Amino acid sequence: MTTTTWERFKDSSFYWGFRRDKVAVASLAVLCVFVAASFLAPLIAPYNPYDPTQIDLMNSEIPPVWIAEGDERFLLGTDGQGRDLLSTILYGTRISLTIGICAVILQAILGVSIGLVAGYRGGRLDNFLMRVADIQLSFSTLMVAIIVLAVFQGLFGAELYERLAILMLILVIGIAEWPQYARTVRASVLAEKKKEYVDAVRVIGLGPMRIMFRHILPNTLSPLLVISTLQIANAIVTEAALSFLGLGMPITKPSLGSLINSGFEFILSGVWWITIIPGVVLIILVLVMNLLGDFMRDVLNPKLYKE
Amino acid sequence: MPLLEVKNLEVKFAMRRGDLTALRDVSFSIDKGERLGIVGESGAGKSVVAYSILNLISKPGYISGGQILFQGKDLSKLSPEEMRAIRGDGISMIFQDPMMTLNPVLTIGTQMVEALHAHREISDQRARAIAIEKLVQVHIPSAATRFAQYPHELSGGMRQRIVIATALLTDPLLIIADEPTTALDVTIQAEIIELLLELCESSDVGLILITHDLSVVGQVTQRVLVMYAGRIVEEGLTHGIIRNPRHPYTQGLIGALPQQTVPGGRLNQIRGVMPSLANTPSGCAFHPRCPHVTDICESVMPEYSIFDRSRVACHWVKDQLGDVGEQKINETPAP
Amino acid sequence: MSEHSILVRAKNVYKEFPIHAGLLEELHFENGRLTRKRESVKAINGVQLEVRKGEALCVVGESGCGKSTMARVIMGLIKPTAGEIYYDGERIDNLDSTKLLRFRRKMQMIFQNPYASLNPRMTVQDTLEEPIRFHNPENSKAEVQEKVSAVMDSVGIDPMWGERYPHEFSGGQRQRISIARALAVDPEFIVADEPISALDVSIQAQVLNLLKDARDERALTYIFITHDLAVVEHFGTRVAVMYLGTFCEIAETRTLFSSPRHPYTQALLSAIPRLNQERPHHIKLKGEVPTPINLPSGCVFHGRCIHANERCQHEVPKLRELRDGTTVACHAVEEGRL
Repeated sequence: MTTTTWERFKDSSFYWGFRRDKVAVASLAVLCVFVAASFLAPLIAPYNPYDPTQIDLMNSEIPPVWIAEGDERFLLGTDGQGRDLLSTILYGTRISLTIGICAVILQAILGVSIGLVAGYRGGRLDNFLMRVADIQLSFSTLMVAIIVLAVFQGLFGAELYERLAILMLILVIGIAEWPQYARTVRASVLAEKKKEYVDAVRVIGLGPMRIMFRHILPNTLSPLLVISTLQIANAIVTEAALSFLGLGMPITKPSLGSLINSGFEFILSGVWWITIIPGVVLIILVLVMNLLGDFMRDVLNPKLYKE
Repeated sequence: MPLLEVKNLEVKFAMRRGDLTALRDVSFSIDKGERLGIVGESGAGKSVVAYSILNLISKPGYISGGQILFQGKDLSKLSPEEMRAIRGDGISMIFQDPMMTLNPVLTIGTQMVEALHAHREISDQRARAIAIEKLVQVHIPSAATRFAQYPHELSGGMRQRIVIATALLTDPLLIIADEPTTALDVTIQAEIIELLLELCESSDVGLILITHDLSVVGQVTQRVLVMYAGRIVEEGLTHGIIRNPRHPYTQGLIGALPQQTVPGGRLNQIRGVMPSLANTPSGCAFHPRCPHVTDICESVMPEYSIFDRSRVACHWVKDQLGDVGEQKINETPAP
Repeated sequence: MSEHSILVRAKNVYKEFPIHAGLLEELHFENGRLTRKRESVKAINGVQLEVRKGEALCVVGESGCGKSTMARVIMGLIKPTAGEIYYDGERIDNLDSTKLLRFRRKMQMIFQNPYASLNPRMTVQDTLEEPIRFHNPENSKAEVQEKVSAVMDSVGIDPMWGERYPHEFSGGQRQRISIARALAVDPEFIVADEPISALDVSIQAQVLNLLKDARDERALTYIFITHDLAVVEHFGTRVAVMYLGTFCEIAETRTLFSSPRHPYTQALLSAIPRLNQERPHHIKLKGEVPTPINLPSGCVFHGRCIHANERCQHEVPKLRELRDGTTVACHAVEEGRL
């Protein structure tokens, strides 16, 4: 009797552990809500924050609806330019998530390939690649990003930058963080290489490429899953920080970070919602991802997990 | 009064689908200075017995019934402090892999002295003296030098001797050895077996030796328990059982040894595999694999047939006896 | 020896594994000059071996003797530091992976740890299909499937369970699947590296019977590596006893067990616990096993041997053939002292 993959998954200790861990379930639920809401933004947002015709400067700085001067049209208030905060946050979260996920995919592809080759081949190649990784790790991502983006903006001007912002951010964050993946994969490869099933396929005569990608790689996925959630969270925070510094997403196409930045000048005059509300959204988003990452690390570690 | 008396011990594991019984109705006793063996394959529950005696079963396992009387005191009912006083003092334990038992970052001396200090209020010098005395007793050459060495500087055989010496530090009344030679080479195994035998005979220390190797048990122990799927299926004098096994499982186990078959011929195998805890068959747990299975075996768990110095839990054996009393039964199954 | 056809031959094989200590630890002051010493583990030290077609040669030895390394050198998983390996008369140790490919379907290996010898992420079906497809790319899907089912049947695993993953099987069943994988390409020669030591006694019998049946049905030649002498006595045609990287005695099984010549073999055999023994009775060896990093000079066994003399300390004994066909590497035997 063969069972489907879904049935087997439901039966697994992973799924069972998940259902028992209320924090994990809650985190996943919140994350799903955020992801769904942000990607459905064009459908559910009351306004389109990128459409200049929908923005009226007269509507700027309106507080959220639960405060005295609030306006029903703008549930979470408006920002300095009159854009509806709710809509802008929805679109902004979409941008943040897109950048986060794409950057991590790039990191993963680069890092996993390098880590696999370094771990399997060993010797001088391994030494060399890991020293490169070490050197790259000693440069803080934020610092490198600032330099690259600032130079780019300086050379090519703000307009070109605006059009390429998302791509640039994905590239910078993606390329800066591959060592994390490389190291993790390499550690797993070193352990798997010693196992007899690798010897067995070598005895069959399979070549190194096939052994690396078809045999060893699937067995290194657990730790990768764990760091991926954390890396996505990190990428989002990095992008937010860059945007806050003015080097990330431009104000015309704001992400959560640039929203927080744009509201900063208003804080002292009592207009807190432009910074605080996107800030809270960002914190919750990163928090649930970290919690899910913690959960996965615990449940995928066979020694820690107790039934 | 026997040194250790285990009565109707039952151990369960709390799993997500319900509790699984790991040990069922385990009863045996051991006198002062006696050497008892527990044999069985992996999954039979022999290590569980050892760990239960010292209350070392970790979650999700727990003792669900029975008594463990050590010199009259029920160990399963003691508080953690009282239990800790007995562990390493009245009863010591030796584990399988000496590299795992010894802490790799502490010297031998530190570990032994620490073990002593846990149970005796003595000075460091006195502790050191006792430790060296025990090292000499287990035939470690240049004991004083070894004292300052780290485990990785010593060979596997020496490490296991040191583990044994540590177990002897407090002059325990009983030593439980869980597969002490399985991880060792044949020549080293022979030395350790000889050492255990010598120590028990000279110091009158009781020994429970747990192993899957019947030949090892034959060289060291006086009595043996054969376990299968959490139950004792046969118990008796070691060489009595080896020469004349009654339970079909014991017969199968001995019969399966390569020594028992003409070289080059097919080995006598027991069909099937030992059931996992979750799939224990009804009635007699061995019935799916037994060459003498009858209807009753599938539904009723056999009671023990008691002989002069042994007992067997088997319907077939009971049938053979009838009302006539003890009869001679064929030793090995037909090839 | 020449009336037997030799399938596998190892000639003067040496294998050293360098130990990578840091540069600072490798530098030494010697005779007033700074020199760099590289330490290495000398796993195999001058091995000569011939495996005859159709036999089951058992290689026995204790841990650290180099038998697993020897197996891997013969199979081409590790390149020897020196020496040659021949398969059916052709030299194979110096071939690159493409040239080695046609030997790969003739030579297969079974490993010790059933829990690590199957890829946990591949179904049994995938694991068994792979070698068949790889060596027979022209086979149709149906032909491959037929072969997979056939080989699963032959090892006693129901072909319906092909979609399952290794962790759903017991240790003994996994070992059968590993054997199936080795048999799937119809090899001539199998090296079995401790295939049953991780299994329970009753399962050992099952797997040994399986290996024996495979040998009878397919006319296989085996090298069987084990430390379990009872198994050797039962399964092996010839036995080679290994100690610290060299063979000290190679003999027909019955001869070895009835009259072992080398002092190490004698000690080893006396150490096996026998079912009818009431007390341990073994020949005690002096000292401890030396480390393979700093090999003793001369005969590697001299430090532990009660029969060692001056010559044993300086001269490495060669394997010499005795009248009954046994080869022994021992000065005492050669000199007639033993």
